[in-house]
Amino acid sequence: MKTKKNLTSLILPVAFLILVFLLDQLIKPTDSMSMLLTVLQKGSVYALAAVSMNLLNGFTGLFSLGHAGFMLIGAYTYAIFTIPSQARDSVYQYFDALIRVSFPEVLSGALGGFGYVLGIALAVILAGAIAAVFAWLIGLPVLKLKSDYLAIATLGFAEIVRAIFQWQKLGPVTNGSNLLKSFERTSTFRITLGNGTVISFATFVPVLIAVICISLIVRLVNSTYGRAFKAVRDDEIAAEAMGINLARTKQLSFCTSCFFAGVAGAMMAMVLSIAQASNFKVAMTYEILLMVVLGGIGSISGSIIGAMLFISASEWWLRGLDSGSFLGINAPGIFRNGFRLVVFSLIIMVVVLFFRKGIMGDRELPEVIQGWRQKRQSRKRRAE
Amino acid sequence: MASVLELKNITMQFGGVVAVDDLNMVVNEGEIVALIGPNGAGKTTAFNVITGVYEPTNGEISFCGKPVVRNHPQGKMKAGYKGSCAEYYTGKPVISPTPDQLTGLGMARTFQNIRLWKTQTVFNNVLTAMHSKSSANMFSAIFRLNAEEEKRQRERTAEILEYVGLSDVANELSTSLPYGKQRRLEIARALALEPKLLLLDEPAAGMNPQETAELTAFIEKLRTDLHKTVLLIEHHMDLVMDISDRIYVLDFGKTIAEGTPSEIQANKRVIDAYLGVAEE
Repeated sequence: MKTKKNLTSLILPVAFLILVFLLDQLIKPTDSMSMLLTVLQKGSVYALAAVSMNLLNGFTGLFSLGHAGFMLIGAYTYAIFTIPSQARDSVYQYFDALIRVSFPEVLSGALGGFGYVLGIALAVILAGAIAAVFAWLIGLPVLKLKSDYLAIATLGFAEIVRAIFQWQKLGPVTNGSNLLKSFERTSTFRITLGNGTVISFATFVPVLIAVICISLIVRLVNSTYGRAFKAVRDDEIAAEAMGINLARTKQLSFCTSCFFAGVAGAMMAMVLSIAQASNFKVAMTYEILLMVVLGGIGSISGSIIGAMLFISASEWWLRGLDSGSFLGINAPGIFRNGFRLVVFSLIIMVVVLFFRKGIMGDRELPEVIQGWRQKRQSRKRRAE
Repeated sequence: MASVLELKNITMQFGGVVAVDDLNMVVNEGEIVALIGPNGAGKTTAFNVITGVYEPTNGEISFCGKPVVRNHPQGKMKAGYKGSCAEYYTGKPVISPTPDQLTGLGMARTFQNIRLWKTQTVFNNVLTAMHSKSSANMFSAIFRLNAEEEKRQRERTAEILEYVGLSDVANELSTSLPYGKQRRLEIARALALEPKLLLLDEPAAGMNPQETAELTAFIEKLRTDLHKTVLLIEHHMDLVMDISDRIYVLDFGKTIAEGTPSEIQANKRVIDAYLGVAEE
């Protein structure tokens, strides 16, 4: 029974990854279905961001709004350490670049193709690690605060980070208020074979990173540490009386969440091909929070569904509302720029009204499916 | 008999109010000791001092012979201190552990107003309490390198639930249980920590006579089967008189009597302060 369960939980992600890989090859950028790839790329970034926020807000009960700040740190770290040497001077055109190392370049020089992959992986892990180090430093004073106060403090931190990264004095590292570009990104994740065919990994890589990171978070949540997080969320005083070290547990959850936020930031840089501090506004944190709330606070599959629906709706399904025709209705007078957001907000209000605890509540997808199955079986039995 | 818990000159002052004054108390191994007193006498405050929720203003607590909490009036409190024995501990180093550190030494408590983890099942409530005993770090937990330990903890949880008689409701939400069973689950959760000393804060609060009788038998069983030492606060006098070896009586923060149940029942001051009123 148990091995069977393990096997299905392994087969499903692998099958999904193979499907994504095939889609990557089959759908050309000019196709009308290329939107699907964009949604998968951005969706996996936001899914990881939402799940990592859920780890903190939903599972540990720490209401933090600093996610955009930590994603920014991750995005910049990744970008800085993957800019190839010949592009560096044109990127840092007004400054003398201080960090002159590109992991993929150095490692592919030493190890070839495998080194390139390793370099990207290292840069992504470093992005998470630096975000986690910042989280640890911020967490020392801030995690003593409760609920709204913690939210305000972390919100302030995110704004400060955004300002500091645009500071001209830090230009040699962060390129000041100019954007970072030309680093290794999804459009450079490709292999050209001898006969000229190109194998693209543009969607596969972000999806793979998201799948790995989310499954790590799932395992953490289901471990003894996950139980400690939930204990702190449900009742701090009881948790402390049962020997759970509050400060340490909160710090652990905060750093882990921010590590994955940093990784999500790195993926964001990869997918958007640029890293610019002014993109990581508070609005981004709110979007992620919205995904978490829509999906269900305390449900990982809920956060993933929330993120995917949010991105599909805003990037794809409702696009027509901004550009003249939607569902075959041609009304350029009404369907103008900005109308999409009106409809989108209405949909969100309806969803929140009908699903008060989010789409999934605090349940996970397997539980829900099992519930359906049992219901169907009992209905069948009654019919007989 | 070795002492498990010893309180010396414990004083707890909030602003100008002395909630507990010069409390001296000994709980020996294998004993059931009760702390009683009218409402507002300072029983729960004393409990919170013992478990580290409050830092006492003055005094020392020893656990198994070693001092684990110590304080003396400092700072602003030094001028405004109204309790007794102010100078006893001035030169000695202050020890102020957090509740989880005290729990780690081998004591576990329950709460007057039930504090179960509400979104968790009965089983997980007990299993979660074992977190502080587990040796896994985060990486070994994520990669399931602690599977052996996890399995042992699950087996132990099932054993504890069997012992307290909750195994039939193991997969129900903790809040869906009837009141008496929730209290029992709190004790089960405390037992998961394998404590030497069990601190029960009004375990029979809100129970009907039948439930109280069951609980009395259950606490008695904890001592005979598991050799636990118990310190409890209780208002149900029949429970207290039935199972306590010794009783301490608090009134307005002061200890007005201590002794065996029969001594306490005969004590004039106690009857004046508390029992007399209750029996009339």
